[in-house]
Amino acid sequence: MTPIDTSLNEPANRAAPENGRGRGNGTRPANGTEPANGIRPALRFAGVSKQFRDGTVALVDTDLTVHPGEFVSIVGPSGCGKSTLLRIASGLDRASGGTVDLASRGVGYVFQDATLLPWRSVRANVGLLAELEHLDAAERRRRVAEAISLVGLDGFERYLPHELSGGMRMRASLARSLVLDPSIFLFDEPFGALDEITRERLNDELLRMFVLRRFAALFITHSVAEAVFLSTRVMVMSGRPGRVKVDVPVPFGYPRAPELRYSPEFAALCGQVSAQLRSE
Amino acid sequence: MSTSTVGPEAAPATGGGAGDGAPGDSGAAPHTPASSVAGTPAASDAGAGGASGAASRTRLRRGLPRGNLVSLLLLPAAVFAVFVGLWYWVSEVLLNDQQRFMLPPPHEVVRIGFLDWSNVTSMLSALKLTCEVTFAGLAIAMALGVTVAIAMSQARWIERSLYPWAVVIQTVPVLALTPVLSFFFGFALTSRIIVCVIIAFFPIVSNTLFGLQSVDQGMHELFSLHRTGRWTRLWKLQLPAALPAMFTGFRNAAGLSVIGAIVGEFYFKQGEPGLGTNLSVFTSRLEGERLWATTLTASLLGVAVFVFFGWLSRRVVGRWYQPDRG
Repeated sequence: MTPIDTSLNEPANRAAPENGRGRGNGTRPANGTEPANGIRPALRFAGVSKQFRDGTVALVDTDLTVHPGEFVSIVGPSGCGKSTLLRIASGLDRASGGTVDLASRGVGYVFQDATLLPWRSVRANVGLLAELEHLDAAERRRRVAEAISLVGLDGFERYLPHELSGGMRMRASLARSLVLDPSIFLFDEPFGALDEITRERLNDELLRMFVLRRFAALFITHSVAEAVFLSTRVMVMSGRPGRVKVDVPVPFGYPRAPELRYSPEFAALCGQVSAQLRSE
Repeated sequence: MSTSTVGPEAAPATGGGAGDGAPGDSGAAPHTPASSVAGTPAASDAGAGGASGAASRTRLRRGLPRGNLVSLLLLPAAVFAVFVGLWYWVSEVLLNDQQRFMLPPPHEVVRIGFLDWSNVTSMLSALKLTCEVTFAGLAIAMALGVTVAIAMSQARWIERSLYPWAVVIQTVPVLALTPVLSFFFGFALTSRIIVCVIIAFFPIVSNTLFGLQSVDQGMHELFSLHRTGRWTRLWKLQLPAALPAMFTGFRNAAGLSVIGAIVGEFYFKQGEPGLGTNLSVFTSRLEGERLWATTLTASLLGVAVFVFFGWLSRRVVGRWYQPDRG
């Protein structure tokens, strides 16, 4: 069960913190992009490939490591296999080749849609996964209340999904995963369907939760600005068949103020990532 | 701490897609609670948000019938008037005195069929029996239909092997089955109930199956991520999601089971008479007034069970499922 080609993975990982240190010295938090030697990664892909039954090759030889406490975003052209990568990480799909190594404490998967059960109230929806994992009722109640308040839905416990705005539904969806306190979150363009204002607000919120809980995260998005704002590292994927092309470290520390979006450094980094995307 | 950075979200609810945006339009019902609370997601004033959400909902509820009163009552009443008019025209103008027994005028039907006390008591006891057959048949069809649909939803091969036969049961002329049914179950109540089950079975199976299979793929994946067993998945995901479709099936089956009961009574006349038995008797005796009174009663029973299941459906799933939303 040894990874096929860890060696390929190493340089990218090592390069990340060095770059980061060089640019944003002093503002970096203690953890983050450090290779964390000896600590098991939250998620590790080694030489993963995926070919669908119809012959489509979605991923080739993909290496990727997400360390505990790290927020990694993936941007790439449409159809480059970003979602496939996430589905493999979560176990919804199987890789055709390579190794996938996942920390044991479970995965929080946040879908593109909120996927709330329309007949359940916010409270019952947030408690769903805890129910499926057979947490006992008292513990479940405690965690549900905590998660609801963490995502800012206090007072909306009895509302049904159709009574909420798109942003609030997404908050409920987040809370549902938070309840299980997973070691890694997988986000599949969770805010893609929301308007810009709501999306930025939820980004701020997500970072606040990240700072509080320090989960690992793998975040897929189309928005370069969103990726840079949230992440410790941004990975750019190449077009089909997909593979990780560059790994751009983000030097800004946490917590990040919303105003960061308007700083020249932020714009420069976004430009850099966009250039990588355009060179596709 | 947790609410310090929470602010309002301008996002409108995306459900329903009623994007016409006419202010005060009652069609925007599902949006209004969301937009009224969207300004106050902070915990401190969530109570106010909830209150205004509730207020806007009651306002909508009061606003709704105003436009619908005309369409709900007046329009059907107008059609009814036309219907009665046509009836009189056929009865008094088209038919001569010898033919009039085929369609006696409405006031004669009411006088003899509904106001003659001895006729009314016999009608009521027939109605009671028909109701019993209807509800027994419907209950059995519901239990059987839902069970079969669940079995089909669990394995492709079960669906493949059973579904064609469910269609056959729906399409086979019940008339052709009467000899066989009478051989096995006699000419009385049991056979009547079985006819009823045969007629009501298919809409329940097909609607329940459709509902069970219509669950969103994302929801299924959510359950798969947590390695949910099939019974938990059925109980917590598929059955609740199927409820609206199931109720559509129940409602259609309820109307059909009245027909089933009448048809059953028409053929299997042993024992106490039901409405169907009486229809057959009055037809052969050329008692047009009682025949039509019985026919009207049977249709009213059908309408009653149909309306009842519509009401039940709104009670059970109406809170979260609005088919005509927007």
